[in-house]
Amino acid sequence: MNAQVLKPEEYFIREEPYYQPVGDEIAIFEAAYAQRLPVLLKGPTGCGKTRFMEHMAWRLGKPLITVSCHDDLTASDLVGRFLVRGGETVWVDGPLTRAVRAGAICYLDEVVEARKDTTVVIHPLADDRRVLPIEKLGEMVEAGPDFCLAISYNPGYQSVLKDLKQSTRQRFVALEFDYPEPELEARIVQRETGIDPELAARLVKFAGMTRNLKGSGLEEGASTRLLVHAARLITSGVAPVAACRAAIAEALTDDPEMLAAVNELSSSLF
Amino acid sequence: MPAAALTPAEITARLDRCLDVEFTFLRTEEPAAIIGGLPPEQQRYILDWVERVAATNVQLAYRFITRAIAALDRLDREVVEAWALHAMDTYDQKGLHAALAVIEDVEAFVHLVHARTAGVVLADSLGVLTHFAHGLAGRPLELAEGESPWTDTETIFLPPLLARLPRREDNFLLYKALVARLWAQTRFGTFRHPLSQAAAASGEPAAFLARFHVLESLRLAGCIRRELPGLARDMERLRRALGEPPLPADWQALAAELGRPGTGVERVLELAARPLAPPPPGFLDGTLDVAAVEACMQARVERERAQLRTVLRDVAEELTRGDDRAPADLRFGTRREPDPGQPDGERITLTLDAEPVPVPEVVHRLTTSIVQDLGEIPDDYLVPAGDGEYDPSLLQDQEPDPDDVWKGTYHEEGAFLYDEWDHRRQHYRKNWCAVREKDVPPVHDDFAERTLARYSGFIKHLRKTFEAMRDEDRVLRRQVHGDEVDIDALVEALADARDGREMSDRLFTRVHRSERNIAVCFMVDMSGSTQGWINDAERESLLLLAETLETLGDRYAIYGFSGMARKKCEIFRIKTFDEPYSDEVRARISGITPQDYTRMGFAIRHLTRVLGEVEARTRILVAISDGKPDDYDRYYRGEYGIEDTRRALVEARRAGIHPYCITIDREARDYLPHMYGPAAFTVIDNVRQLPLKVSDIYRRLTT
Repeated sequence: MNAQVLKPEEYFIREEPYYQPVGDEIAIFEAAYAQRLPVLLKGPTGCGKTRFMEHMAWRLGKPLITVSCHDDLTASDLVGRFLVRGGETVWVDGPLTRAVRAGAICYLDEVVEARKDTTVVIHPLADDRRVLPIEKLGEMVEAGPDFCLAISYNPGYQSVLKDLKQSTRQRFVALEFDYPEPELEARIVQRETGIDPELAARLVKFAGMTRNLKGSGLEEGASTRLLVHAARLITSGVAPVAACRAAIAEALTDDPEMLAAVNELSSSLF
Repeated sequence: MPAAALTPAEITARLDRCLDVEFTFLRTEEPAAIIGGLPPEQQRYILDWVERVAATNVQLAYRFITRAIAALDRLDREVVEAWALHAMDTYDQKGLHAALAVIEDVEAFVHLVHARTAGVVLADSLGVLTHFAHGLAGRPLELAEGESPWTDTETIFLPPLLARLPRREDNFLLYKALVARLWAQTRFGTFRHPLSQAAAASGEPAAFLARFHVLESLRLAGCIRRELPGLARDMERLRRALGEPPLPADWQALAAELGRPGTGVERVLELAARPLAPPPPGFLDGTLDVAAVEACMQARVERERAQLRTVLRDVAEELTRGDDRAPADLRFGTRREPDPGQPDGERITLTLDAEPVPVPEVVHRLTTSIVQDLGEIPDDYLVPAGDGEYDPSLLQDQEPDPDDVWKGTYHEEGAFLYDEWDHRRQHYRKNWCAVREKDVPPVHDDFAERTLARYSGFIKHLRKTFEAMRDEDRVLRRQVHGDEVDIDALVEALADARDGREMSDRLFTRVHRSERNIAVCFMVDMSGSTQGWINDAERESLLLLAETLETLGDRYAIYGFSGMARKKCEIFRIKTFDEPYSDEVRARISGITPQDYTRMGFAIRHLTRVLGEVEARTRILVAISDGKPDDYDRYYRGEYGIEDTRRALVEARRAGIHPYCITIDREARDYLPHMYGPAAFTVIDNVRQLPLKVSDIYRRLTT
């Protein structure tokens, strides 16, 4: 089947994305959305932040525009810019502007990675003004009731360079995400991949061991996402130890000693 | 052309020189005659190695001559060299007597080499095994060398070398199995009940403990089968490979009973009181040292109780903020919930008024650790501590105080150990320098004010120089992608299009923002020889530098160094990378006082490590010294120190660090180019030049 081509603001999520709530995050997000408050998702990588956003977009029936921020992402990349087309300059909206105009949910993933000048456009949208200034057009776009701004951020990066400024974080309703409790996590892995429950529990136990190593050699432990990857490999016939090595250990570290230790842990478990 | 054979006189002269016969009265005629009979190439080889060994110890070298010639008939040169280096390492660690034993018994060494090819040395696998243990435990569990495998619940002791099985992989597996087995003792509650009491009550403590050990091993084997089935399979295989007999028939039933889920140590204690005749424990069961375990646990239990109660006070304060309850009114409790993932089949969560409370990570870690030790959280642990109830020193995990080292016999605990290069040996001396980080006592005086006032004009000038270096944003024109349309380019392109030429697609401007990403570490000589004007110059220039670096916004750290022999190498923290520039830092700069000697190698190595932990694209190490590596142990003076410093700089460079050396000296010396060869260096004689030099370095490295 050929890929479907869609405009970002037409990207509606039609089937319910599987999301297992851990606490009251769905109710809080819905309340924040109703009250037009922007939302900040905190948590380590691969614990379900993006999946949560997809789920909420589906639940609220709004298009979801996701921007993965990188260290070269500027305000123009979000707002838009002039392009030259056939001897004329033409304004093209960026994803944030599209989201504001269309009343979509705009999700800025890993927002601390973006250039500092992006705060100039995020701040007026994130407080009670809810406007997007487009300097180059001399316009202000006022957001409608449907628009919602959500950003995510991983407090695990301890670097001072990658901290979210107080002036930014104090504009958002914050939801904290973490890896779910073991049984819940095992259920998620099982539900996502159809793996045998016994193996799912072992994978979660393995993840717990790698999380024990956080701070003493690993920057992060294995995320739920990695567990799902490993479980997928296992369900298509890869031996568990090999699957853990390929999907989890190699993804976590390049340090040969740590790699060896993580592999010893998985070979002990399976 | 093959080299000519040496004459007996030449050989004797070389031996006499390197063996110091004038003072040692060693007789060199006989060895010289033996060497004289060798082929020329071999003569040089032997003499070269004799000289290298003699640099460590003359007696050792003297014995080495005859032994080496005999050994060369049978062994490869590589083995002989490894043997010589091993003897020198032994000399470094254990002294002449042990080193001579190595030289005398080449056979033992050869045997050791064989053991090492199949066996596994703990030191080589320590990294992997430590990570493995941390992954299992989730609370501090260290590994160390010991005679036999056992644990005091905080450290797992393992034999230094395992060569019990013919294959390397299996010997490594033995280590791994031992770690898991000893971890299981701490994890599955082996020591939850006071063993020494039970042993004493039985009337025959030794026999009781022997029975307990074997029975408990059966129970733990069951735990491991459930928790780590992969490892349990390996352990079974290892047990057979080690040739250990299977359990006697009458013990099979006991093993089955004890291996069942939910069997606690209570049952083991009960059985151990019966007059059973246990089979001998297996190698993988390790050994028990009840007294050490109980001492260690008691200290930890006390500490964690204090820590938990103190943290709970903080939690209580936070929870009661904004209402009228007093923190002391809160009643914490625990709730047991079934959790098949836990070894006891349940999980203990903290509650407040019977409702679960969200707790910080640190509380979670503490409760986990306490439950591992005690199986529950006793009620008195849940009373928030009163103000000042606990001595804060009890709450910290003890770190050895660097100053204590000199009060008793010195020890190497808590120190960083670094190798040092011995140029005569052409090899590193292993873990030779014991390095400790210390604080500079701050001196709050008017030094900063005075200096800033005196150099106020100069500081302005410096600021300008540094500000000019701040890589300002600049607009890049004629880009394929960009934020704005480049009108000039567009006009040209349109004109081109009208003329029928190809239209350029480079029509945009883009702002190039460069974010500086530099970490610089200053390493300042605090040796006694800096007393006087050099010390003043250093302090003044550090202050000027700190003032101006603030304008640049780069991350920087300042450390001082000084040493007195290899066991007292000291690094003084003046400003760390994480610390902001403050009055305290200024006071510490003022407090820089000359200490002992200038041993440079360790300081470069240590700060290379410190820099390596900082995230930055460019890492710079600026070493400021008065140029003469020197130490109390005479051998560091002169060539040894120069070569070691040179080597340390090479290592720094290899670690991706830009070393830069600045020598404050009124006369440039001829050895400097060689010593600083791997680094850029400069000699200055005026304090004012130092900050300017640094801005030079910056310019060079950032543009």
